[in-house]
Amino acid sequence: MTVIAPGADEVRQRTIPFPRRHFLSVTDLDPVQVGALLDLAEGFVVLNRQRAKKLDLLKGRTLINLFFEASTRTQSSFELAGKRLGADVVNMSPRASSVTKGETLIDTAVTLNAMQPDILVIRHGSSGAASLLSQKVDCSVINAGDGQHEHPSQALLDSLSMRRAFGRVDGLTVAICGDVLHSRVARSNVALLTMLGARVRVVGPPTLLPCDVARWGVEVHHDLREGIDGADVVMMLRLQLERMQGALVPSMREYFRLWGLDREKLAHAAPGVRVMHPGPMNRGVEIDSDVADDTGVSLIQDQVEMGVAVRMAVLTSIAARLDNR
Amino acid sequence: MTSRPVAFIGARLIDPESGWDGPGALVARDGLVADVIHGGRPGGLSEDFRVIDADGAMLCPGLIDLRVRTGEPGAEPKETLESAARAAAAGGVTSIVVQPDTDPVIDDPAVADFILRRARDIGLVHVYPAGAATKGLNGQGMAEIGLMAEAGCVYVTDADRPIVDSRVMRRLLAYAGALGVLVAHRPADPWLTQGACATESEFAGRMGLAAEPVAAETIMLERDIALVELTGARLMVDQISAAAPLASLARARARGLPIIATASINHLSFNELDIGDYRTFCKLVPPLRAEDDRLALIEALASGLVDIVVSAHSPAPPEDKRLPYDEAAPGAVGLETLLPALLTLHHEGRVPLARLIHAVTLAPARAIGLSAGRLTPGAPADLVLCDIYAPRLIDAARLISKSRNSPFDGRRLQGMVRMTLVDGKVVHQSR
Repeated sequence: MTVIAPGADEVRQRTIPFPRRHFLSVTDLDPVQVGALLDLAEGFVVLNRQRAKKLDLLKGRTLINLFFEASTRTQSSFELAGKRLGADVVNMSPRASSVTKGETLIDTAVTLNAMQPDILVIRHGSSGAASLLSQKVDCSVINAGDGQHEHPSQALLDSLSMRRAFGRVDGLTVAICGDVLHSRVARSNVALLTMLGARVRVVGPPTLLPCDVARWGVEVHHDLREGIDGADVVMMLRLQLERMQGALVPSMREYFRLWGLDREKLAHAAPGVRVMHPGPMNRGVEIDSDVADDTGVSLIQDQVEMGVAVRMAVLTSIAARLDNR
Repeated sequence: MTSRPVAFIGARLIDPESGWDGPGALVARDGLVADVIHGGRPGGLSEDFRVIDADGAMLCPGLIDLRVRTGEPGAEPKETLESAARAAAAGGVTSIVVQPDTDPVIDDPAVADFILRRARDIGLVHVYPAGAATKGLNGQGMAEIGLMAEAGCVYVTDADRPIVDSRVMRRLLAYAGALGVLVAHRPADPWLTQGACATESEFAGRMGLAAEPVAAETIMLERDIALVELTGARLMVDQISAAAPLASLARARARGLPIIATASINHLSFNELDIGDYRTFCKLVPPLRAEDDRLALIEALASGLVDIVVSAHSPAPPEDKRLPYDEAAPGAVGLETLLPALLTLHHEGRVPLARLIHAVTLAPARAIGLSAGRLTPGAPADLVLCDIYAPRLIDAARLISKSRNSPFDGRRLQGMVRMTLVDGKVVHQSR
């Protein structure tokens, strides 16, 4: 069966305007709205696999990618999403320029706001930075990662990847493993997955789990084999190599031995288990290449593909809420 | 210049020294309290008296705030001694102790002298400097405590910075103790608090904020208690903030150790959830704690375990606050909201009024040896007349302080200062 990509009118019809002006947290959405966004994204997946990938839904709109932290996949994913929808996309990485001259986030925001963008996509190293920015600008703000707080579009693309692999998210057992403490991906995923009815476990050494994490509505495990026992999805998190300092974990080799995912440990998961990773991976630290590269098990490439489609859905939905004067 | 003698009649007098809370009158002459009449009116007042009918408003000693940061010298756009003094007068605060973490640091009698000279020129409220405990607040070499005390410093402290080296702390306590100088110290383990901007909890974890456990305060306080036991010197615990360190304090008190403690009005009024969506006005040092900790702090204030309440006034302009939470400056202004915020604890029925007033008048006066803070004939006529029931909406934009970083912005409080007198002279009067 050939699946045909939806046309612009069809997409417009199916788009539910985003419930808020900004997309800062997965808690801005309810399960119905998430379902609608993922459905919309499915259409974009088909579109993105065609030769003609453009749909002029955001024609005339300006999207600014404001990345205070280095990023390859998220930034290019938002850029491609914007361009495929016909928006003008500007990438800014203020790390090297004005910020070092003493310009604050707010100064930058006010400057950019004066250029009349429609959507600002921001990544910043401080928790709450996207929320702060949203209070000072007139356009829509999309949080592409704020410190250790949230990365909501990542959680959406992860749920889309799971839904496509299993046909549902509800009822899946998902083990999120590794450095949960410093991970915005983990926070957004815990919130979204529990909202969608998945059973979530977090697995890692106590030094890399947040205080009172059990009260997030998740099961907590310190042993990887135990934590992924019977899991449908094993989501590995990146271990920042600087965590070796400050006595969080002793060494890469010990970390890999105890919390790195290899074939032997993966055998404890449910049959048909799928492995995910938000990237970039530290091969041989949190995940063995043998597992990461096995397309029968790994969803890592799908995650990247879903990233563009989900961001197109988010942009379309946000734009549908924008003023159309 | 002598000011006109004043007689307050029909007031609700609160005298923390005698414990009197009831109707009465007070006569002030030549800058001093001349007479206090419980339950009645003064007789035979001559023509030149200014008679003020308090109409049931509270008359108590002017507040003494042991922890005020200004920006002078070094950061005058944040706050000058004059703007702080005007804010204090408006808030019913008649004596302030300024912190030594200025630029230059008050670690030298000359800087203390500068502060006192400026305060004399401004002439609104009493300003006393606290001297640095260590040179340049570096936590290593002892500052000239004796000379600074002679110059007028009322206690020594390294302000927000903990004195990490236990040997330095021990020697400091022993040395200052022998000179009769009070040492204040904010207990915080430097490693557990490194980089933290919130209290470790489910909330901070969800918000992705780097956090410190309450144990950081308990550990350092336990060390300080052991050093007090070793040296026998007096210690003022600066801004105790949680239930666990309060338990340590209670045990130390039970052993009869000479330790007093302050709490900031912010930690008595807010908990960590007030940070909400990364409100930087609620970023404080120590960080706001859990609600259980706040309630324990209130209980400790009611029981007298916590002796003193401070405003922890710390001005920060928008450019220091309008930043992502982890980058924003900590601290809140508080001189103008100290009294109404404190009165909330009375209106909510949590702490008796006389006990609250004691914690901001007589208790701090005794800690640093001032004759103010009481309604006794011969005491300085530092007074505040306050309508404790008058409702008000705190609007940060209307604060007198040069910085408007008030976590009380938008809060409804009760308590309007009608008049503030310093040495018998009116320094603030509400319209």
